[in-house]
Amino acid sequence: MAESVVSVPGSPAAAGPAPMPAGGAGYWAGVLRRLLRDPVAIGALLVIAALVVMAVFAPWLSPADPFASSMLKRLKPIGAEGYLLGSDELGRDMLSRLMLGARLSLFMGITPVIAAFVVGSTIGIVAGYAGGAVNSVIMRTIDVFYAFPSVLLAIALSGALGAGIGNALLSLTVVFVPQIARVAESVTTQVRTRDFVEAARASGAGALTIVRVHVLGNVLGPIFVYSTSLISVSMILASGLSFLGLGVKPPEPEWGLMLNTLRTAIYTQPWVAALPGAMIFITSISFNLLSDGLRSAMDVKR
Amino acid sequence: MLAYLGRRAFYALPIMLGVALFCFLLVHLAPGDPLVSVLPPDASVELQRQLMSLYGFDRSLPEQFVRWLWRALQGDLGTSIASGRPVTSEVTKAVGNTLMLAMFATAIGFVLGSLFGFVAGYFRDSWVDRAASALSVLGVSVPHYWLGMVLVIIFSAQLNWLPATGAGPGGSESWVWNWEHMRHLVLPAITMSVIPMGIIARTVRALVAEMLAQEFVVGLRAKGLTDLGVFLHVVKNCAPTALAVMGLQLGYLLGGSILIETVFSWPGTGFLLNSAIFQRDLPLLQGTILVLAMFFVLLNLLVDALQSSLDPRMSRG
Repeated sequence: MAESVVSVPGSPAAAGPAPMPAGGAGYWAGVLRRLLRDPVAIGALLVIAALVVMAVFAPWLSPADPFASSMLKRLKPIGAEGYLLGSDELGRDMLSRLMLGARLSLFMGITPVIAAFVVGSTIGIVAGYAGGAVNSVIMRTIDVFYAFPSVLLAIALSGALGAGIGNALLSLTVVFVPQIARVAESVTTQVRTRDFVEAARASGAGALTIVRVHVLGNVLGPIFVYSTSLISVSMILASGLSFLGLGVKPPEPEWGLMLNTLRTAIYTQPWVAALPGAMIFITSISFNLLSDGLRSAMDVKR
Repeated sequence: MLAYLGRRAFYALPIMLGVALFCFLLVHLAPGDPLVSVLPPDASVELQRQLMSLYGFDRSLPEQFVRWLWRALQGDLGTSIASGRPVTSEVTKAVGNTLMLAMFATAIGFVLGSLFGFVAGYFRDSWVDRAASALSVLGVSVPHYWLGMVLVIIFSAQLNWLPATGAGPGGSESWVWNWEHMRHLVLPAITMSVIPMGIIARTVRALVAEMLAQEFVVGLRAKGLTDLGVFLHVVKNCAPTALAVMGLQLGYLLGGSILIETVFSWPGTGFLLNSAIFQRDLPLLQGTILVLAMFFVLLNLLVDALQSSLDPRMSRG
């Protein structure tokens, strides 16, 4: 719908960087080297690594049982004795819940992007390589999904399917597949007309061989970078679904859900209530900065 | 230009049909009986059959789709299962409220975003640029429902300056343009403006930086044009794209306001969707989503029209 209008970073219309010359291991080593020279990207990477470590080792790192509630110790302030980050509306230790909550929150945010990367790249590469009628059918179907703003599509689908982790993951995947497929289609179309593909075809290589040997290596990079830029959106949307009551169900700790149940406490313990959202914010901004860093590290022209 | 617009509108038709099909299928995607929210668990089979035929759920899918589409074209989106009122009137009322909020938010986002973007693009790689870039990254990374909560905590709970929820004493029924009502708009509109602000700032920054590097700008400067003259040239060249981005952002906000409306209990489409989802009111869910998506498609067309009238090169493409 909007393809001719604008190309803005962060909007679905923005395609990834143009396909780069095939370079193999040397190219990726260069990308990594450039990425590690970028202090912002390193910072973001360290924060994400810390969050992942926290999520994986939460049961051993957390100071208290994240499910143990106590009616007498409800809504303790930050820094209260025995409650470093306070306690929630059921008297459960916030720090422990935030740590364990990283598991579900990260899982719910990252899984849809990975799933959409696999499905969307496949669809986009098929459309881009096949061209013609196949391309038209696939891309016009994708246009329909572009008629829905992401938030609306995610909520419409998970609202119709009903609450639950599986349905939320499925809805978010459906939101991202068209976006990734469109980028995949556009880079594949560019690569398809390049001389080395023509040469391979002229020398008798089959379509599958050409895609596997010549196309994939050139298109997966840009699709991957574009996909990483979606993780931040996905984190916000996934927690948003739980915030609405459409994702994770209580008493499981998840940042969006915690934010929702603590909404009643904004007059009594406002800063405790704001903590889960701060975690979503930190995660989302780190993924955004890392993705930006990756994009400029892969941009050979700079 | 007219031919170009005609072609665009023609391309939009199959998309609209696809959108309608998607909204229609949404109800059939849902597990369980669509009437589960109205029927008591011990309802007789007879009553169940009667209601099924009343709502038309006993016909074949293609037949239901055609009937539903035909009525939708005439402005009849069916009856809300939970409230028994026509979906169309419920949605129209809510769309008005959401539109008001989204337009305020887009205006704030556009003014501040283009200001930041302009300054950043003009003084590229200076500290202003870095600050503006940081701000726009913050804008697109912040979970806006959380930002809304934080603003409520600061300005309602702590300072007691602005109301936390609702749309004023008259509610959505009797909105008046006075401060008593408009103060209810402030926090949700600011919360909502953060995303378009970040995106517009990024766009304008890139546009301005690109424009200043163009040969014609260098030429104008060489000819002795003042900074103001150059500035006006840059504005004129950036405006179509910036406006287009703004139009699209308005569309995203209209559809994406549900989380913010939930935080602020704003009586718009988000609120409607929320109750439709939790009362399993599928006709209402279907109707609201259809209207919002159609709005988005039409807004895209409008943006195209506006852009091609500002920039004649567009319509030749």
